Amino acid sequence: MSKSANDVVITGVGIVTSQGVGVEPHVVLLSAAEPPVTRVETEKFKPYPVHPLPEIDWSQQIAKRGDQRQMENWQRLGVFAAGLALDDAGLKDNLDACGSMDMIVAAGGGERDINVDSLIVDEALKRNDREQVLNEKLTTELRPTLFLAQLSNLLAGNISIVHKVTGSSRTFMGEEAAGISAIETAFFRIKAGQSTHTLVGGAFSAERLDIMLMIEAIQGQATGDWHPIWSRKREDGGGMILGSVGAFLVLESRDYAEARGARIYATIDAIGSDRGSRTDGKLEARLADLAKPAEKLDPAQTVVFSGTSGFHDLVASEKAFLQTKLGEAPVRAYGGLVGHSIEAQFPAGLALAALALGHGAKVPAFDASFEKPMTAGARTAVVTTIGHSRGEGVAVLSAE
Amino acid sequence: MSNAYKDHLGRPIVAVTGMGVITSLGQGLEDNWTALTGGVSGIHKITRFPTEGLNTRISGMVDFIEVPAANSVERSYAMARETTLEALAQAGLSGDFNGPLFLAAPPIEPEWSARFELADRSPPSTQPGDAYNRFLAAMREKADPVFHEAVLFGAISERLADRFGTRGLPVTLSTACASGATAIQLGVEAIRQGRTDRALTVATDGSVSAEALIRFALLSALSTQNDPPEKASKPFTKDRDGFVIAEGAATLVLESLEAAVARGARVYGILKGCGEKADLFHRTRSSPDGGPAIATIRAALADAGIDEGGIGYINAHGTSTPENDKMEYLSMSAVFGEHLPSIPVSSNKSMIGHTLTAAGAVEAVFSIQTMLTGTLPPTINYQNPDPAIVLDVVPNVKRSQQVSAVLSNSFGFGGQNASLVMTAEPA
Repeated sequence: MSKSANDVVITGVGIVTSQGVGVEPHVVLLSAAEPPVTRVETEKFKPYPVHPLPEIDWSQQIAKRGDQRQMENWQRLGVFAAGLALDDAGLKDNLDACGSMDMIVAAGGGERDINVDSLIVDEALKRNDREQVLNEKLTTELRPTLFLAQLSNLLAGNISIVHKVTGSSRTFMGEEAAGISAIETAFFRIKAGQSTHTLVGGAFSAERLDIMLMIEAIQGQATGDWHPIWSRKREDGGGMILGSVGAFLVLESRDYAEARGARIYATIDAIGSDRGSRTDGKLEARLADLAKPAEKLDPAQTVVFSGTSGFHDLVASEKAFLQTKLGEAPVRAYGGLVGHSIEAQFPAGLALAALALGHGAKVPAFDASFEKPMTAGARTAVVTTIGHSRGEGVAVLSAE
Repeated sequence: MSNAYKDHLGRPIVAVTGMGVITSLGQGLEDNWTALTGGVSGIHKITRFPTEGLNTRISGMVDFIEVPAANSVERSYAMARETTLEALAQAGLSGDFNGPLFLAAPPIEPEWSARFELADRSPPSTQPGDAYNRFLAAMREKADPVFHEAVLFGAISERLADRFGTRGLPVTLSTACASGATAIQLGVEAIRQGRTDRALTVATDGSVSAEALIRFALLSALSTQNDPPEKASKPFTKDRDGFVIAEGAATLVLESLEAAVARGARVYGILKGCGEKADLFHRTRSSPDGGPAIATIRAALADAGIDEGGIGYINAHGTSTPENDKMEYLSMSAVFGEHLPSIPVSSNKSMIGHTLTAAGAVEAVFSIQTMLTGTLPPTINYQNPDPAIVLDVVPNVKRSQQVSAVLSNSFGFGGQNASLVMTAEPA
C-alpha cells in the first residue's frame, strides 16, 4: 500500500498481560519458536480460572503513592499501560506533545467494594426495611474516594493527572464495542486531520468477583482447569476465561510521526465495525463485509489475531468465518493466551499485531489444534473481535 | 459542494434539524420551554426511595415516564426513546435513520433490588464478605440473562439502534457532566469527516438512585437546602451550596446543511463549533486558574470561526456549586474580557437541576430554542448575588432578546471540559 501523510501509524505500545509487563516479554513470546506457556490462576476464584496480572511495580508509571491510592486495580492498570505506551512512543514527559494529545479510553467501571456490598446484603437479609438498610450502610460505610475509582471516565481522568495528557479526553463504554469504537474513532479523526496524535486503549481487571458475576449471569465462565480456547468443552462451563489486560496505543498521522522521527510499528490500513442480530447468518454476513479489506492480503505473510471470547457458539461462528474468508492465513487467538479482556480486547489485539509487524515475527501457534504455523514473518495482520453480547470489529494492519 | 454549505475551514456545515427533550419540567420541547421561560422549577422531594437520614432529600428526577421495570437502564432508555421520537418527528424523518448513533449514557451498575433478589436465592453466608461468592453459586444454579443485560453499558444504545435503524456500531460514551456535549461533538466530527450526512446524537440519564445520591453527597457536591426544594439550585448566588441531582434526556438530529437543504428540511440551528480540553489538576476540582476551561471555550470559538464579540448569549454550565460557578465566571472573564458584562449568561440548572450525563445535550437544545424564540431563559433563585461574580444572569425573569450565536459550556469530574457554539443560521 502506498504511503501518505495522513496514514494512521502506531508508534507506541503499552501492554500488560499475564505474560508480562510492557513490549519486551510480548515481543519475545511473539517471536519464539515454541508456543508460549499460559499463566492461569485456578485456586483464588475457584471454580473459575483467570489469567492474573503479572508482578507489577506500579510506581514505575504512577510515581506518586497518593495517585496510586486514589485508584483501584482497573484504573491503575490503565494508567500504567498508558504510561508504557507514551514511554514506548518516546513521548513520556513531553509536555507539549501530551498537552495537545487526544485521548480515547474504552472503559468499564463499577469496581465494587465487596466487603461493603456483603455487609449490606447480609443485613438486608435480616430486615424488612431493605431500602433503609441501604441508606444507613451506604452513608456510613462507603469510602468517598471509591466512587471516583468506580467512575468510568476517571480512568481517562487519572491518565490526565498522572501523564498530563490533556488535548482531549473521551471515554467510550459498552464492553468489547467500546474498545472497537475507541480505535475506530481515533483512526478516522486522524485520517480526517481532526487529530494528529491520539492515545487510545483500555484496561480490564479480571480478578474481581463482581465482574465474574456479570459473565456468570449468563453462565459464560469456563470452570475448572484452563483449556485451549479453540477446544473448550461445554461440560467445562461457558467457555470464557477472563484475563487482566491493559492495552494502549499511541496513534499518529504519518506526517506527525515522521516529523518527530518516531519509530513506526505498523500502519492501520482499515478498520470497520458493526452490530445487529446474530441469527440466520446475519453475523456471518456482517463479518464477511468487515473482512473485505483483508481479502487481498498475501496469506503467507499475514497473521490473524482473533479476539474470540471463548463462548462456544461464537467460537464456532468465528472459526467458520476465519476458515471461509481468511482461510489460508494463520490465526492466533490471543484471548486463549492472556484471557478475554472485554473493553481491552480489541486494543490488546492491535497491540500484539503492531509488535508482530514491527518485528516481522513468525508468531508461534497459541493453540496448535487449530492454529497453523507461520512460514514467513508477518507483513500484514488482521485483528478481529466479536463482542460476547454484541458488536464486531475488524482491523487490517501492515508493516512499514 | 457549493461554498454556502462549507464553513470557514472548508468543512461541511452541520445543521440541527430535529430536537427532543425531557426534564423534570415535563416531556417535549414545548412544555419544557414554557416552564423554563416561565421560571418554573422542576426540583421536588424524592419519592423514588426513602430519604430518611440523608442530608439531601430533593432532586430533579423524572417520575412521569412509564417503564417496564424500575431501573436505571429502563428509565434511561425510555427517556432517550421518547426524545428521539420527538426529534425525528420534528426532523420529518421516518423509517430507518441510516446514520450513526452517538449516545451519552450513565455508567450503570446492578440495582440494589437486583442484588437483594439474588441474595434471596443464594446460599447462606459462611464467612463475612462472601456475598459475591454466593451470588456466583446462585448464577451457576440458574442463569439470569436479564441481570446480565441490565449491567451492560452497551444495552441502551443497542435498543436505540434497533428501534431507530441507526447505522453501524453505536458509540456509548461518558465524559461525566460533559457527556451530552461530547455526543454532539462526535456527531459533528462524523459529518465533517464526510462519512455520513446525518448523525443521531442522544444523551440520557435516568440513573438517580440512593447509592448515586449518597456517593455525590459524600463528595460534598450536592445542595442540602432541602426546603423548599425549588429554591435549592441557585447558580451564581452567594449562598449556593451544591448542585441538585436530576434526570433528563435530549436528542439532536444533526445533518450536513447541504443534505438538510436538499431534502427540504427545516434548519433549527447550526452546530458551528466544538471545543474541548482536559484538566490535569484534580479528580473532582478544576485548575484554580481556569486554564483548561478557558482553553475549551477558546477552542470552541476558534472551531466556530467566531470571535469573542460574536457571542450573544451564554448557556452556562452553572451548576450552583461554589467551585464551578466561580471557576466558570473566571474562565468567561478571561475569554470575553470587556465583552462579558454585555453578554447575558443564564443557567438552566436553576430550574431543572443537573441532569449529569444529559446536561450538555439538554442545554444545547435550550440554546437553540433561545435563538429560535428570541427569549432568554432566566436564572431563577437569584436573590443574593455573589459579589465576586459580576454577570448579567438574566435574573429570575425571562428576557426578550434576539441572539444569533450562543455558547454552551459543560464541565465535569475527571477534568472533562467541552463547549459548543451554535448559531441561528448559516453565517
